[in-house]
Amino acid sequence: MSQLVFIVFQDNDDSRYLAEAVMDDNPHAEMQHQPAMIRIQAEKRLVMNRETMEEKLGRDWDVQEMLINVISIGGNVDEDDDHFILEWK
Amino acid sequence: MAVQNKKLNLKDKYQYLTRDMGWEPTYQKKKDIFPDEDFEGIKITDWSQWEDPFRLTMDSYWKYQAEKEKKLYAIFDAFAQNNGHQNISDARYVNALKLFLTGVSPLEHAAFQGYAKTGRQFSGAGARVACQMQAIDELRHSQTQQHAMSHYNKHFNGLHDAAHMHDRVWFLSVPKSFFDDARTAGPFEFLTAISFSFEYVLTNLLFVPFMSGAAYNGDMATVTFGFSAQSDEARHMTLGLEVIKFILEQHEDNVPIVQRWIDKWFWRGFRLLSLVSMMMDYMLPNKVMSWSEAWEVYYEQNGGALFKDLERYGIRPPKYQDVANDAKHHLSHQLWTTFYQYSQATNFHTWIPEKEEMDWMSEKYPDTFDKYYRPRYEHLAKEAAAGRRFYNNTLPQLCQVCQVPTLFTEMGAPTKLSHRQLKYEGERYHFCSEACCEIFEHEPEKYIQAWLPVHQIYQGNCEGADVETVVQKYYHINIGEDNFEYLGSPDHKRWLSIKGVKPADEDKNAA
Repeated sequence: MSQLVFIVFQDNDDSRYLAEAVMDDNPHAEMQHQPAMIRIQAEKRLVMNRETMEEKLGRDWDVQEMLINVISIGGNVDEDDDHFILEWK
Repeated sequence: MAVQNKKLNLKDKYQYLTRDMGWEPTYQKKKDIFPDEDFEGIKITDWSQWEDPFRLTMDSYWKYQAEKEKKLYAIFDAFAQNNGHQNISDARYVNALKLFLTGVSPLEHAAFQGYAKTGRQFSGAGARVACQMQAIDELRHSQTQQHAMSHYNKHFNGLHDAAHMHDRVWFLSVPKSFFDDARTAGPFEFLTAISFSFEYVLTNLLFVPFMSGAAYNGDMATVTFGFSAQSDEARHMTLGLEVIKFILEQHEDNVPIVQRWIDKWFWRGFRLLSLVSMMMDYMLPNKVMSWSEAWEVYYEQNGGALFKDLERYGIRPPKYQDVANDAKHHLSHQLWTTFYQYSQATNFHTWIPEKEEMDWMSEKYPDTFDKYYRPRYEHLAKEAAAGRRFYNNTLPQLCQVCQVPTLFTEMGAPTKLSHRQLKYEGERYHFCSEACCEIFEHEPEKYIQAWLPVHQIYQGNCEGADVETVVQKYYHINIGEDNFEYLGSPDHKRWLSIKGVKPADEDKNAA
């Protein structure tokens, strides 16, 4: 059985960079646009890297800044200073 | 000597915030300080195993929450200043907000109270901090929702007395009793009920597709509070999953207790969310996603992945999930046809879906809508056109557990009413389903105390014996303004005048 993890962002200016970074770091992910939101799902695992985001934004970025734009998530969370990971093991 | 000023990383910061805030009591017994921690039979051997994956410390909590609030209130101001209510798709949409404000927002407040109380019960500092933050979040949700909808209250009916209605109106006893049931349980059951079964497994259905639908119907204020609240929910959901894993990892004796709670609270939540099914399919004039599609994505797919993950602990999917999965084809239609008949006793309006909407439902519900539900609407439309708009004057039989009228049908038999009954200490009790009946059988002493609105009316506890008196005096629903059919209602007329269309009855007067 397929086991998808997912993250949903508000569709706004910050999230466009977030979504781009997630898609760069997770080539197996699928992005869906729905009114006012961007939903990204992937088999088993999605990772969000601070480094990729900082490159996209051209500034320092704290992983927890994501909390402002995220709407929902599915999967076990593993967060530290450098990444935010959602996964089913 | 040089002072090293090394910045703490997230894990260390969180460690300092939680673990080191807890201490072993010396002059009081732990049992006296946390008296409710073990009566449910849950065994915790080591609280230090508690992991909070978000590791949010107070300084970042306030920083990010303040930023969310600033964004949110800037949008509320813009919405109000620019008369945003004039730009929604159709005034019928506002009826979903009336249900939200009276049915959902008071639950946010109940959640605030629930987490504040429950957090006090745990001897583990990590769990106490997580509950405390969630309590503050829930209070924020209750407040921001009231602020967002206060603008609509200036322009539409039915939004004027939400807290009062929540405590009294017949269908609002469904959400109210759900949370009262959770809050009167022990601390671990409360977390399993609300953090896990409700927040993790089910709330996405309300706060993601419905809110996206609000955006699609031009309601900037609601989608913004919805998503702003849900950004807190992402933390709450993670907490819900961690709570379950923590309890299950602590002791194998916990597994059957947790399984029973998951079975119960999945079902209780599913029954509560039947209100959302109707909001999505019937109360959003511009459609985004049907209830059955939302159920497939957010329960069958995501819930499926979750319960597969929990298999390793010996947890199986909720006992009655097959009944819930089957019901996705019927739920919203059965509920809306019921509310249509009882609009004389609601603070919102109902209506027969327009032709395009019915066609959309035929497409989304190919096996059920045309066969079972379209003919009912065609009949009701004919009656209404002949001047006999149907209102049901018989008060409905309510389920003793979920308090929804016994309106649902059996799995696989959509014309057969689902009903169970049993006798307990000489009294007969009625249920909407096998699942609710089973919940009762496990805790009869709790559910025989249920405050069932219909029984209360018949017992004379609601200021009168006839519907009109109860609705007006006891519920504070303004007759002829808040209730009855949408077409021709004051809301409808107001909307036509906003849109520059002459109300139909003024045309008649002119002619």
